[in-house]
Amino acid sequence: MSIKYTNEHEWVRVEGDVGTIGITSYAQEQLGDVVFVEVPAVGRKVAKGDSVAVVESVKAASDIYAPVSGEVVEANAALADSPGDVNAEPTGKGWFFKIKFSNKAELDGLMDEAAYDAFVKSLG
Amino acid sequence: MTETSPGPLKHTPLHALHRELGARLVPFAGYEMPVQYPTGILAEHAQTRTAAGLFDVSHMGQVRLTAKPGHNAAKALETLVPGDISGLLPGQQRYTQLTNETGGILDDLMVTSTGDHLLLVLNAACKDADLAHVQKHLAATCEIEPMFSRGLMAVQGPQAAQALARLAPSVATMKFMTGAFVMIDGAQCYVTRSGYTGGDGYEISTPAEATEAVARKLLAQPEVKPIGLGARDSLRLEAGLCLYGHDIDTTTTPIEAGLLWSIGKERRVQGGFPGAAVIQKQIAEGASRKRVGLLPEGKAIAREGAEIAIGGKIVGKVTSGGFSPTLGRAIAMGYVERAHSATGTKVDLLVRGKPAPAEIAPMPFVKHAYYRG
Repeated sequence: MSIKYTNEHEWVRVEGDVGTIGITSYAQEQLGDVVFVEVPAVGRKVAKGDSVAVVESVKAASDIYAPVSGEVVEANAALADSPGDVNAEPTGKGWFFKIKFSNKAELDGLMDEAAYDAFVKSLG
Repeated sequence: MTETSPGPLKHTPLHALHRELGARLVPFAGYEMPVQYPTGILAEHAQTRTAAGLFDVSHMGQVRLTAKPGHNAAKALETLVPGDISGLLPGQQRYTQLTNETGGILDDLMVTSTGDHLLLVLNAACKDADLAHVQKHLAATCEIEPMFSRGLMAVQGPQAAQALARLAPSVATMKFMTGAFVMIDGAQCYVTRSGYTGGDGYEISTPAEATEAVARKLLAQPEVKPIGLGARDSLRLEAGLCLYGHDIDTTTTPIEAGLLWSIGKERRVQGGFPGAAVIQKQIAEGASRKRVGLLPEGKAIAREGAEIAIGGKIVGKVTSGGFSPTLGRAIAMGYVERAHSATGTKVDLLVRGKPAPAEIAPMPFVKHAYYRG
């Protein structure tokens, strides 16, 4: 198992051929209180970079992009009733959806934790 | 929320205090302003609805009008606004709009009579243009004194009165939409019982140098916590109050916006303000569109710009939308064609291209709680 990060502040926890995707603690802090999450339908085929979910804070709506290509195999339905999980546990209960990879090599283009931490630091 | 203008960002007298309190600062109408403090918008919203919140609104434009000898400031101002200003007794406050020749709204503002002067509070993003407009039209009849460096704070919520009265006992009996000079912490302030949350509360105009000390006194009261612009927006939306530049602007008239109540009865008949012909015609015949409240059935939030449709046909547009922390659901307001504006009308709000069923609903979404004595 490894965790990869995107410069859109998403994380992908890789377990075999499936990645669980959510947003980072930095992202949830920037968004503020999350009040609504729209997750993708299971079975949807997505390409890396597609807008697949929406997270709404009190202030604004933000798109969540597929960090890798594949098929959505599970979505976190519990977020409909407890969107605050994204703030409370962004890398735990606040996960968004799971993708079965169609091109695992895409993961090589993502950051590891050290690179992501350095990226966040660079943002000031 | 973010509105930018060229040049370096200005600071209010409370800027250092915002930093100290850990505020997240954002550009807003040319100022660096707190959008939220570390507790977050939902907690700040709840704080204001259940206890009391302190808002820095020093970015708003305060202007003092004084009649020149032989003139009347209220009559002069009435040439620019449809509100009944002449009817203001000393210590009374009124909400009105600066209108243009087509009946559109240049800005909305509060006007308070002190007896000797009229005090105006203008929107931050409009204040320079408003001042030029007022100077152009009223320089012959009024002394026009911009007081843009003064502090302005709002203390709002059901416990605002008990908190502020501890510092200035006379405010306890003030009624909604009245104002008075009040000493707070040794500084002469002008306090009105008004606000932008739909709840009880006050706005306090302070000499610039006294603002931070008064703010600290207020924050030392157990009922009071600092509140940012984020919660200010969600609070006013629940209260059904218009945000200039979003729900009202130069293309909307006070009648379309549902602000007829703010136009003096005699002034509706007599006119004498910019755009009076358009506004009087709309009063007589009705406007072609109306500002309405919208309650989405689901949880998706329809924000500003979302189209409003009935059976696939576009009948209007959302001008403000968000999450109501008090109700725990999405709310919105917008304009629809008059034929479709009745309460209970089923519509679709197009959120990211998908229709979200909603119903036209009365406003405010959360009952006003003004203190009328």
